[in-house]
Amino acid sequence: MILYGLLILAYAFLYVPIVVMIVFSFNASRLVTVWGGFSTKWYGELLHDEKVLDAAWLSLKVAMTSATVSTVLGTLAAVVLVRFTRFFGRTLFTGMVTAPLVMPEVITGLALLLLFVAMEAVVGWPSGRSFTTIVIAHTTFSLSFVTVVVRSRLSQMDASLEEAAMDLGARPLKVFLAITLPLIAPALLAGWLLAFTLSIDDVVISAFVSGPGATPLPIVIFSKVRLGVSPEINALATLVVTVVAVAMAIAGRVALKREQPRPQ
Amino acid sequence: MASQTTAAPWNDPGAKPLIRFEGVSKRFGDFVAVDQVDLAIHKGEFFSLLGASGCGKTTLLRMLAGFETPTEGRIFIDGVDMSAVPPYERPVNMMFQSYALFPHMTVEANIAFGLKQDRLPQPVITDRTKAVLDLVQMGKFATRKPHQLSGGQRQRVALARALAKEPKVLLLDEPLGALDKKLREATQLELVNIQDRVGVTFVMVTHDQEEAMTMSSRIGVMNSGRIAQVGTPVDIYEYPESRFVADFIGAANMFEASVRQSGTDQVVVNCPELAHDLIIAHNDMLPEGTPVTVMVRPEKVAISRDKPAEGLNWAQGVVADIAYLGDVSIFHVRLESGHRIEALQTNLRHTDERKLTWEDPVYLSWHPANALVLTK
Repeated sequence: MILYGLLILAYAFLYVPIVVMIVFSFNASRLVTVWGGFSTKWYGELLHDEKVLDAAWLSLKVAMTSATVSTVLGTLAAVVLVRFTRFFGRTLFTGMVTAPLVMPEVITGLALLLLFVAMEAVVGWPSGRSFTTIVIAHTTFSLSFVTVVVRSRLSQMDASLEEAAMDLGARPLKVFLAITLPLIAPALLAGWLLAFTLSIDDVVISAFVSGPGATPLPIVIFSKVRLGVSPEINALATLVVTVVAVAMAIAGRVALKREQPRPQ
Repeated sequence: MASQTTAAPWNDPGAKPLIRFEGVSKRFGDFVAVDQVDLAIHKGEFFSLLGASGCGKTTLLRMLAGFETPTEGRIFIDGVDMSAVPPYERPVNMMFQSYALFPHMTVEANIAFGLKQDRLPQPVITDRTKAVLDLVQMGKFATRKPHQLSGGQRQRVALARALAKEPKVLLLDEPLGALDKKLREATQLELVNIQDRVGVTFVMVTHDQEEAMTMSSRIGVMNSGRIAQVGTPVDIYEYPESRFVADFIGAANMFEASVRQSGTDQVVVNCPELAHDLIIAHNDMLPEGTPVTVMVRPEKVAISRDKPAEGLNWAQGVVADIAYLGDVSIFHVRLESGHRIEALQTNLRHTDERKLTWEDPVYLSWHPANALVLTK
C-alpha cells in the first residue's frame, strides 16, 4: 500500500503540471487561472495565427534535419570510437565528442553566434541567422547524445558477428550495411528521437542563432509568455505534448516488436 | 575416428602441406602471444591446437583467418602467401566460439549470406543451403531465427554456415565449448563424421584435451606462444617429448633422477625418491650424471600385495588415498620418502574380497618399456 502511494505521488509529481495545462487549454475564459467552462476556441484561434504556424513548421523542419544529420555523424563517430581502438588523437577525440554534453548551452550558443558572424564577414556564408544556422547549431549538440547512445549499443554488440560476415566474404562496407547497421538500428532510432526532442524544445541555443526571418516555436512561445500566459499557449503546448507522446508510443512499439520473446 | 581413416601424410617428406606457418610471431605491445611458430598441416587433416588459455592458440587461428596479421613470419595456404590477403578473400571459413549467427536473419539467410557474397546464381544458393542444412540435420529449422534455437541447434547452424562455401580449411574456435557434457561427447563424433564426409581440412582450437584426443588426426600442444609438440594423440600421450607435455596431457607420475648407466636400448637411472635404481627403455645414449625426469602413466602402474616378478621396476609404499570413480579407482600410494605415486586400476568385479584399503602396504610395479626418460 505504501509502495502504491509512493508510486502515485511520483506520477503526480511528474505529470500533474502537464495535466493542469491540458485542462486549462480547454478553458473558455481568457483568464488563465479561472475556469470559465469548456471550449475549444483557443485551438481554432491557434490555427489562424500565421506566426505560430510558421514557427511550428520551421521547428519541425529544423528538428528533423538536425536529428537526421546528427544521427549520421554521431553513428560514424561511435563506430570510430568503438571499432578503431588505436589511432592518433583518439583520447582527445573521445573527450571532444562528449564535451557538448556538459558545456553550458549559453556558451555553446554564444560561440556559435560569434562563429557565424565571423564566417559571414570572411566567406559570406551563412548569410544572416536562418534555417541553416539553427540546423548547424542543433546538430553540434545533438551529435554528442547520438554518439553516446549508439556507442553503448555498439560496444555491447558481439564483435565476432562482424568478423563472421567478413570471414564469409563480405567487404567492410557490406559488413557495415548488412550486419552492423540492422543490429544497431534501435539505437539509431533512439538517438534520432533524442536529437529530435532536444532540437524541438531548445530555447537557449536557438535564441542566439535564430533571426527575424527564422524563429522556431519555443522562441515564439517564450516571447508570447513574456507578454502574459494566454490559453492559446496552453492549446499550443497541448498539441506539442500530443505529438511527442504519439512519436514515443510509435518508437516504443517498434522497439518491442524487435525483441520478440523466445517461443520455447 | 579421424586418426584411423586418414593416411599419415605428415610422415611423407615429399608431401606438400596445405597450410604452412613459417617463423610466425605475434606481439601485442610487449606481450608475445605467438613466438616463432613453424607448423605444417596437411590436406584432410583434423588438426587441433591444444593449450591452456592465453597460450596463443586462438591468436594462431585468427592469423590463419586473417583477423590478425603476424608481426613476423609468413603463412601459406595451398602455396599462396596470405600476408596481403584480407579475411574476405581467404579460402578459409571459421566457426566462432560464440557461433556469431546473425540474429536478424533466419537460419537459411545466415547460411546463404556467404554464398551471396560470391554472387552465385539463386538456384545454386538455394541448393547449397539445403544441402548443408541436411548435412547437419537442421533442414526443419530453415525459417527459424537464431534466438528460437537451442544451443546445440545453433552450433549446427554455425557449422553449416562455415561449410556452405566449401572452404579449403575450416577453422573451429572451441566449437563445443558452450555445450553441456553429454551433448558435447555426441557432437565430437558427429563432427568427425561430417569432416570425413566433406573432406575439408579442419583446424580446431581447444583447451579440452579429451576433445582433442577424440577428434584429431594430430595435435599441436602449445605453451606460452610456442608449439611444445606436434603429433598424433598416441604420440602425444605415450611419448611426450618434454615435462610440460607429459604433465599437461593426462596424469603422470614423475620423479627427478640422474643417469647412472646408459646402453643402446635402455638406461639405468638413480632416483633419490626410491630405494633402488630404475631401468627404462631409451634409445639415445645419455652421459652419466645427466639430470632427467622419469615419467610413468598411472594406468601403466600395477598395484599388488605381493612382491612383483623380476625384471620389473618396483616401489613399496602404503595406500594413502583411494579415489573411486566407478569404472576405475585411482590409488595414491605414499612411498617411504614421502613421494606419492598414482596407480589406476580398472574395477573388473562388483565386489572384491581382497580389496585394498587405506594404509595397506603395497607394491607398485611397471615394465621398463612403459616408462619414459625426459630430458627437456
